[in-house]
Amino acid sequence: MVTETLIWLIPLPPALAFFLIVLFTNRDKALSHTIAIGAAALSWLGGMVVFARALRVDDLGARPFASSINWLATGDTWFRIGVLVDPLTAVTLFFVAWTVLMIFIYSVGYHNYGQPQGDHDLKGLPPHGATVEENRQKRVVPSVEPMYSRFFAFIGLFAFGMFTLVVSDNLLTLFIGWEIMGLCSYLLIGFWYGKKSARDAAVKAFMTTRIGDVFMLLGIAYLYSATGTLTFREIFTESTLRTLALIPSGALGLSAAGLIGLLLFIGTIGKSAQFPLHIWLPDAMEGPTPVSAMIHAATMVSAGVYTAIRMFPLLSLDARTMSFVACIGAFTALFAATIALAQNDIKRVLAYSTISQLGFMIAALGIGAYIAAVFHLITHAFFKALLFLGSGSVIHGMEHGVFHTGNHKVDPQDMFNMGGLKSRMPITFWTFFIGGFALSGFPIVTAGFWSKDEILADAFAHNLPIFFTLAVAAFLTAFYTMRQITLTFLGKPRTEEAAHAHETPWTMTLPLVVLSALAIGYGWVGIPEHFPLIGGFIPNWFHEFVGGTLAEHPAALEFNAVPLLTSLLVALGGLGLGYFAYRNVNSPAEDKLQLGFLKNKYYIDEIYDAVFIKPVIWFADKIVYQAVDKSLIDGFLHLFGPGTQRIGDIVRNYFDIPVINRFFGDGSANVTYRSGEKLKLMQTGRIQQYLILALTLFLLIGAFLYFFMLA
Amino acid sequence: MDFIANHFLTLILLLPAAAALIMLFLPKDEVKLLRWFAFGASLLPLALSIGVWLQFKSFQPGFQFRERYEWYEAIGSSFYLGVDGLSLTMVLLTTLLTPLAILASFNISERVKAYMILFLFLETGMLGVFLSLDLLVFFVFWEVGLIPMYFLINQWGSANRNYASMKFLIYTMGGSVGLLLGIQLLGVLFGTFDLLVLTQRWTSLDPDATLLGMSVSTVKTVAFWAFVVAFSVKVPIWPFHTWLPDAHTEAPTAGSMLLAGVLLKLGAYGFLRLILPLYPVEARYFAGALAFLATAAIVFGALSSFAQTDFKRLVAYSSVNHMGFVVLGIAAAALASGTPDAVIAMNGAVLQMFNHGLSAAGMFFLVGVIYERTHTRNLEEYGGLFTLIPVYGAMLIFTGMSSLGLPGLNGFISEFLVVRGTWPIFTGYVAISMAGLFFTGAYILKALKKVLHGPLNERWAHGEHVLTEVNAREILVMAPLMILMLWIGVYPAWILDMINKAVGFLF
Repeated sequence: MVTETLIWLIPLPPALAFFLIVLFTNRDKALSHTIAIGAAALSWLGGMVVFARALRVDDLGARPFASSINWLATGDTWFRIGVLVDPLTAVTLFFVAWTVLMIFIYSVGYHNYGQPQGDHDLKGLPPHGATVEENRQKRVVPSVEPMYSRFFAFIGLFAFGMFTLVVSDNLLTLFIGWEIMGLCSYLLIGFWYGKKSARDAAVKAFMTTRIGDVFMLLGIAYLYSATGTLTFREIFTESTLRTLALIPSGALGLSAAGLIGLLLFIGTIGKSAQFPLHIWLPDAMEGPTPVSAMIHAATMVSAGVYTAIRMFPLLSLDARTMSFVACIGAFTALFAATIALAQNDIKRVLAYSTISQLGFMIAALGIGAYIAAVFHLITHAFFKALLFLGSGSVIHGMEHGVFHTGNHKVDPQDMFNMGGLKSRMPITFWTFFIGGFALSGFPIVTAGFWSKDEILADAFAHNLPIFFTLAVAAFLTAFYTMRQITLTFLGKPRTEEAAHAHETPWTMTLPLVVLSALAIGYGWVGIPEHFPLIGGFIPNWFHEFVGGTLAEHPAALEFNAVPLLTSLLVALGGLGLGYFAYRNVNSPAEDKLQLGFLKNKYYIDEIYDAVFIKPVIWFADKIVYQAVDKSLIDGFLHLFGPGTQRIGDIVRNYFDIPVINRFFGDGSANVTYRSGEKLKLMQTGRIQQYLILALTLFLLIGAFLYFFMLA
Repeated sequence: MDFIANHFLTLILLLPAAAALIMLFLPKDEVKLLRWFAFGASLLPLALSIGVWLQFKSFQPGFQFRERYEWYEAIGSSFYLGVDGLSLTMVLLTTLLTPLAILASFNISERVKAYMILFLFLETGMLGVFLSLDLLVFFVFWEVGLIPMYFLINQWGSANRNYASMKFLIYTMGGSVGLLLGIQLLGVLFGTFDLLVLTQRWTSLDPDATLLGMSVSTVKTVAFWAFVVAFSVKVPIWPFHTWLPDAHTEAPTAGSMLLAGVLLKLGAYGFLRLILPLYPVEARYFAGALAFLATAAIVFGALSSFAQTDFKRLVAYSSVNHMGFVVLGIAAAALASGTPDAVIAMNGAVLQMFNHGLSAAGMFFLVGVIYERTHTRNLEEYGGLFTLIPVYGAMLIFTGMSSLGLPGLNGFISEFLVVRGTWPIFTGYVAISMAGLFFTGAYILKALKKVLHGPLNERWAHGEHVLTEVNAREILVMAPLMILMLWIGVYPAWILDMINKAVGFLF
């Protein structure tokens, strides 16, 4: 098949799966998941074929695969949409296709496919388990998710959104994919909508990211107005970029390029959960765990960073925008890492680590380390998907224990209820271990080391404050990761439930194994040439390939020992310290880092609630609706009703009744009546009287005529 | 066949009225017959307007399918019909929504005959406004549309219907007074009501000459405002909007569908067809004020909607919010007519009219569906219904997302075009209107959360109030709307091309 046609087709299977499941197959669980996984596999296959063909093209950056069609009529011209595969798209497509497929497969096991229906399971709540009788013994086993098919439909749509975003050749269809993912995150975070926390988290995720989205929409409108196009390849020409850099925007002293970049970047802040819009991501773990992996690795937050990377040629035109980007990223990296230290929920730790790692990427982008940002985006996607799926496996194992003991008060996500899971769940342990070490940047072996080291090296070369911030964040990362591994897997089981935890089925462990292979292996494609001993042994393919996306190929960095030693020190130091600090901790009381302001995430949710949310609700209801519409405008209108009536009353009471009715109407009637009364006295019926009257009148008239007319 | 081919527009316009007259002679107890007759009769104009759409030559400027008959010769008025891409889009919307509204009314069981007759007359009234090229005929139909709606609200509405119907009638009538005077003025001055002739002569008057003892520009300004007030009430532009939540909330479901779906568009259509061509100078002069009011409608409409606890009122206020984008696009086009930005803004405005017709009609219908089953519109009394009625829930989420402007569905395309076109013209207002767009999300999600999510309100789960899933007829009402929402969202070229060409010829 022609590569361009194939690219058009990549996003379609998951969308098709969504419609098929929703409209037709939702009653059949097996058919639904077969369709969804089949669709993900087709997209994966398409992605791999395109990736392989992209590798064979010389200088793909200058001659990407591209094709477009007319879409919107705008005056005399058309707005065209299309697909584009350049090196950046190719590598992104690679990790998205892999993670998506793994998550799809994992979901089968996670939602307990093949298990019996629950005893009291309700739609909209997590399954509570089913009682089965075996050998005359009753025991409780996990029960299948009641909305199993719906889940696969939603993640299908989710994957469609991401693939659309990745293959788009313009900002508008990118934005379409972007928002479809927003919807899917809403639907999936709120998947168990019966839980208040899930409901609130869903709305929070949608609304928080929407703040970023409306700014991004403005940025798109501005860019479109200024350049007349939204197609990447047309924007990133030298002349267009130069014009954008020269026009002043009239706001904040930025150039047009600076303001557009800033507006678009606010979209990324929302989507990639950077400070101050990071609040939605930790709550997003209310959704089923595969969704967390989707959001944290394969799709949503990666989309935000991807977009910022995509717009790098534009962003990098204005130094102030760039330093804003770098500061936001570095601050978020450190800030989120500190919060992660004090979290006890296994998924919440990972959530804050995502925010922190995204900060690394954003900071890298802000200091101009384009390739490092892309590299970390990809390696992070692999190990974070792995870690989330691993945590889901742990929780699943713990739930197994909970079903065994029947004590539902035990929170299967609290790490202080775990311990010693290493022997109970070996595959989960070893894969989680690999993921955790990759996250910590364990030297040489893991992919996370290579990408993080590259960011630190770039930061050291370009911006020292950023370098120090990121180094501290990296240290904290290693520390809390080891804390997590120690509390979860090492030591002895701290609860009966942990002692009865059970390894999960192959549909869940297989994706873990595949992803851990990628979390190690993917680092080797980007080993810097000047690295001591092993550098140049394998060519730095990643740098060569991805660098080709930019018009000007970024030069490889000179080797410097300081950042390398720093990254070795923070990774190993953090891991070591984490192990020694937590190997004997058995309860939150013994944990010295359970500080109030860390546990409560610096009270940012509470501050937002008090400063923004409550006042806005009050304003909408009391001012806009009650005061303006109901009292002011309607009050004014209601003056007319009574006012008109009052005028009517006045007219009636002071004119109609006294003047017309009484005076003229009744008056004339009365006069006539009274005259009649008086005159009837004369109607005596006697001829003599009449004659006398007639004669008198005759004489009077005669006299009158005589005096006045004749005389 | 020749007769049909030569009288397309007259047939579209008068078939519903003719059907209504025939219905007078149908037995009033044969409810089924009445329903199906009305539904069938309303399908004919739809078929014909699709025919017109297919035969319409969008690349040709000017009005097509013109028909002209003697009508009121003494004062120079004739029965003059014609369509261009703009009015054709609105005609299609009207003929599409009317059958759906009638189908949605199949659950009405009291005085079915009168109800259906009113609906058919209403359709003729609305179509007349879009089709007429004679100002007097325009005005006649403008008022004709009002009367059936008044009775529909007043007779088949809910609790507060007297207040609402009266407010609706007085408000719109009050607005029309100026319109009638303005139209009379034009007619007296030029001895004709032919819109094309009038536009040409009226705009070519020497601004320094005197007219009726005043300067031409003064007369024009007065006439301009007379027109503006009439159409502003109908759109409605903030702060003339408070009739809308009352009327929409109290009207029967199908009434709300047409009220939001089509009647609001009459106002916006008036702006496009009359105000911009007749008063380009004044429109340009007052465009800033119009943009300000549009932004107010977008932001305050969204906030008011967010503050509601009544489901139907929430949807009603969303119309204020959405129509604000139409007006914003019109204001931008008024200020910068002739520029490519203005064309984009105008494309967005017209498409937004069509899109809002689809999503608002859908939302009102879905509110009606749930109200019919629960007899409450209070958002606090629902909760967790997704579990009980998943198909309904899916349709509500879908339509809500269209209303919210989710990319991939229709609303986004038009809002994006408005924002894009207006950005260089009213940058500040566009930026502020984003707050409205944000709260659009807030109120839609609030509705979804209160209705579908949350702990299940046990009252609807079993017993006498048990909630039943949507039936085939209700799905049939929603299906065309949802298909169009998706179709326009994914591939808008078929309709946008028509609008774009018409806008290009006009401005």
